[in-house]
Amino acid sequence: MSLSDLSIPDITKTVPVDQIGVEERVARLSSRSIKKGSKVEALKLALNMVDLTTLEGMDSPGKVRQLCNKAKRPFEGHNDIPSVAAVCVYPSMVSIAKESLRGTDIHIASVATSFPSGMAPLQAKIDEVSYAINEGADEIDMVISRGKFLSGEYSYVAEEIAQIKDICGDIHLKVILETGELQTLDNVRKASELAMHAGADFIKTSTGKVTPAATMPVTLVMLEAIRDYYFKYGRKVGMKPAGGIRDAKTAIKYLVMVKETLGTGWLSNEYFRFGASSLANDLLMQIIKQQTGDYQSGDYFSID
Amino acid sequence: MIEEKKTSKTRLDFQTKWEYSPAPESTDHIQLKDQYNLFINGKFVEPEEGRYFDSINPASEDKLASVAMATEADVNKAVKAARDAYNKIWSKITAKDRGKYIFRIARLIQERAREFAVIESLDGGKPIRESRDVDIPLVAAHFFYYAGWADKLKYAFPGRDPKPLGVAGQIIPWNFPLLMAAWKIAPALATGNTVVIKPAETTPLTALKLAEIIQEADLPPGVVNIITGAGKTGEALVKHADVNKIAFTGSTEVGKIIQKTLAGTDKKYSLELGGKGANIIFEDAAIDQAVEGIINAIFFNQGHVCCAGSRLFVQESVAEEVIAKLKDRMGTLIVGDPLDKNTDIGAINSKAQLDKINELIESGINEGGEIFQSGCDLPAHGYWCRPTLFQEVSQSHRIVQEEIFGPVLTIQTFRTPDEAITKANNTPYGLSGGIWTDKGSKIFNTGSKIRAGVMWSNTFNKFDATSPFGGYKESGMGREGGLHGLLPYLELK
Amino acid sequence: MSERVNVLKTYKLYINGAFPRSESGRYFIINDKSGKQLANMCRASRKDFRNAVVAARKAFDGWMSRSAYNRGQILYRIAEMMEGRKNQFVDELVSQGHSKNKAQKEVEASIDRFIYYAGWSDKYQQVFGTVNPVASPHFNFSMPEPTGVVVASAPDDQPLISLSTLIAVTIVGGNTCIVLASELKPLTAITLAEVLNSSDVPAGVVNILTGYREELISHFSSHMDVNSIWYTNGDKKNRKLIQENASKNVKRVHFTTFDDWTKEAAENPYLIQDFQEIKTTWHPVGI
Repeated sequence: MSLSDLSIPDITKTVPVDQIGVEERVARLSSRSIKKGSKVEALKLALNMVDLTTLEGMDSPGKVRQLCNKAKRPFEGHNDIPSVAAVCVYPSMVSIAKESLRGTDIHIASVATSFPSGMAPLQAKIDEVSYAINEGADEIDMVISRGKFLSGEYSYVAEEIAQIKDICGDIHLKVILETGELQTLDNVRKASELAMHAGADFIKTSTGKVTPAATMPVTLVMLEAIRDYYFKYGRKVGMKPAGGIRDAKTAIKYLVMVKETLGTGWLSNEYFRFGASSLANDLLMQIIKQQTGDYQSGDYFSID
Repeated sequence: MIEEKKTSKTRLDFQTKWEYSPAPESTDHIQLKDQYNLFINGKFVEPEEGRYFDSINPASEDKLASVAMATEADVNKAVKAARDAYNKIWSKITAKDRGKYIFRIARLIQERAREFAVIESLDGGKPIRESRDVDIPLVAAHFFYYAGWADKLKYAFPGRDPKPLGVAGQIIPWNFPLLMAAWKIAPALATGNTVVIKPAETTPLTALKLAEIIQEADLPPGVVNIITGAGKTGEALVKHADVNKIAFTGSTEVGKIIQKTLAGTDKKYSLELGGKGANIIFEDAAIDQAVEGIINAIFFNQGHVCCAGSRLFVQESVAEEVIAKLKDRMGTLIVGDPLDKNTDIGAINSKAQLDKINELIESGINEGGEIFQSGCDLPAHGYWCRPTLFQEVSQSHRIVQEEIFGPVLTIQTFRTPDEAITKANNTPYGLSGGIWTDKGSKIFNTGSKIRAGVMWSNTFNKFDATSPFGGYKESGMGREGGLHGLLPYLELK
Repeated sequence: MSERVNVLKTYKLYINGAFPRSESGRYFIINDKSGKQLANMCRASRKDFRNAVVAARKAFDGWMSRSAYNRGQILYRIAEMMEGRKNQFVDELVSQGHSKNKAQKEVEASIDRFIYYAGWSDKYQQVFGTVNPVASPHFNFSMPEPTGVVVASAPDDQPLISLSTLIAVTIVGGNTCIVLASELKPLTAITLAEVLNSSDVPAGVVNILTGYREELISHFSSHMDVNSIWYTNGDKKNRKLIQENASKNVKRVHFTTFDDWTKEAAENPYLIQDFQEIKTTWHPVGI
């Protein structure tokens, strides 16, 4: 889409969001009791939605290769355990991941646009995205300019996203809102709508570098924004909560939220991902527990 | 320019993938006797005429226990026990000690909360999630709140010397069985009265279990007497000459009978009756949360709520969106076994009530209303009603005027605040109302004009021990909860 | 068979949910009436007090955000825990000079005192809050809010009931506190701290110091991050000092004495009100 075509509705007029109402809805959704067959189904679904992530200044080729090995073989000896959806790394590690994951269906997502702060000139961000794509990234996770957003420069934020999407072409673009910095649910709703109108394929909660990262209330607001956008324009946008989801029980609560807000059409890794690292092992432990009936120990599951 | 396109492709599907497995609450830890006697003077005693009736599980139609039928002779016994306890013990011990007994009851309920929740769901049909997360915690909180007032009454009524009335006769309904018992017993005891209470005939079990707690708390015998029975038992209690105060929660029809029966006597009375609450959604509301508010207002507890928001008024400019979202949301409500932790809507309390609801639904269809029901499966046995809504209805339809007491919502649109307020008030009831808008001043303005005892703004069906609850007009008189909830049980000298 | 050698108790300070010794390492000795040593009490320093204020300030936001119901439940739990330790409290009071009868009465009154104030947690707002019928089209309401960090000093006689009252009154209203125990009879203060520690009271909400009143009172009254000071020792001589120091940050100053803390005069909601601020809010009523 060329920038002259970019038309953003008046973001200051988005529907109000009531925080207490959202929290109550989340509490009720969280009280769903997912057991037996539906629990195993959920655990496997969740595992298949994980973007196994390493985004540290001290990442090295060795570390990334180990992560990719874990992605390929989460747990030896079990054929019915699905693989994760993707690995998520910094641009300079993309080629390492590419090599490591050759021959698998696992995607490589790269963060870009001066992750996590987003505080760089637009050209530098564009160059970084191009670099990551050349290196072999299948997906790009970009950050929005939060300072610009909070000072009301919505067109700037939208145009930036549109520019990045332009570079991405068919490469799937996730837009990170950094909801911890947006603070209010009204802002989360506004930012979600902005990102979708500007061309996001996925909207994502957080970089994982700011607390709070993903939360259920924020996720619910984003899912509702996605739903309303779908009703209006017929286009399905995906959603990814990232950071702070450490155990299977929490992951299942998120899946309940997706199911009861957007329905079954979003219950696959094409439209929903978990940005997490330690979650994968907890999902594995719970899957094995369901099969054997015994509570598991971390000793039996590889760290990477 | 991206064009808006709403095609049939843009409907959501909530059913075809990842169905939730059954998640039954375990019941093997609860203790239910086969037969319960009347709780009079601190002991379980046989009914004078030796008759019993069954309490059944409305979800399965199985018998849970048989329960004594109190006749006039039993009512006399109970009132005498309450009177003696009042004269000899309860009016003599210190207010501080009264409070301590009530604190004990509160804490004991917390200790046995799960058992109470399970029995409440078995006996009445409400989902275990509701009884576990809403009913029982409110029960404990209610006793805890009023326990604290016992020795502090002079601060509630400065300059007055508050005195108890004596013996209170209390009759409660089947929609929140234990909570209604708490709403009656706790303030009565805290203010120094003794009690004879008659639970509803379809839901006596948690009240009888409460009797066990009362024994465990060592409450002096006769302070609380629990007599099970039906309409005649209640009538005998209302007419008993030695009862100083009648407190009733139930239908407006019976409330009027009680008020008439008490004419010419000195008895004080408080009534908490029916309602036909208006739930008003303005165009500037937080729409998604308002839709959830509609669900809470009318489908929660199967609509067996006197303060249900059973009449929806939605501003015309957002009506289509609200109703579409409401129908989607109804599609995710799970109707089923009350003991399944995922059930949202449980069983209708009794066959009689189900018949009444269905009769009104029929009338709605016959009077030209457009009906929508969610398409969920219903179990083969038991009493069930799908969440239902009616559009194309007006103030003159029976289903818009009469209290249905089921999961049935009527929908009307409005254009201006005045129109909404006028229609909201156009009813002999006046228990509750709801307003949904992001604009604070509109809340206070609209709220001040709606003639109802409880105004919920951007929320609905919230209850708290500290918050006074009660109606205007034919929804009753007197308040329960909060400081104002003390008044019905005191004389201010 | 020789008598068992029992284990002597160490009495420490109670700060931020933990039991540290005084950072100064100082102590003072408490003897029973026959002159036999009962304990080496920690002699709190101004730095201990400073640390306690930091803890109390940190705990304040969380404590005042708890529901009133929750605070009431916690105060009731304190009473439950005290009831279980009744004999220990009685023994300590007796060892410090009370008659058995006086000790029993004081301990029971202290337990009941926590229950009394537990009952106020969700009611004083209904008594002291108001809806104000202003002449303009506004909804106007006033509600009490806790004043913040309160420092209180207990008197010497009736050490347990007075301390219990100081704590119950301040924390039921959502404040956090630092309390200085009776100087002559401090043992029960630390046992009370142990009770608080097992009653779901969050760390820092109550901090209990033992030490010399004269030494600490000027620090108490001049600390800039303390919102209110409650002095209950009967003497007049410190009053002027306290009031002068308090003026540095406009602390709310309260002097309270009771002839008998076990009596009903010490049970009323106006004590709670002393540590509340009133917030009045306006909102237009219109369309």
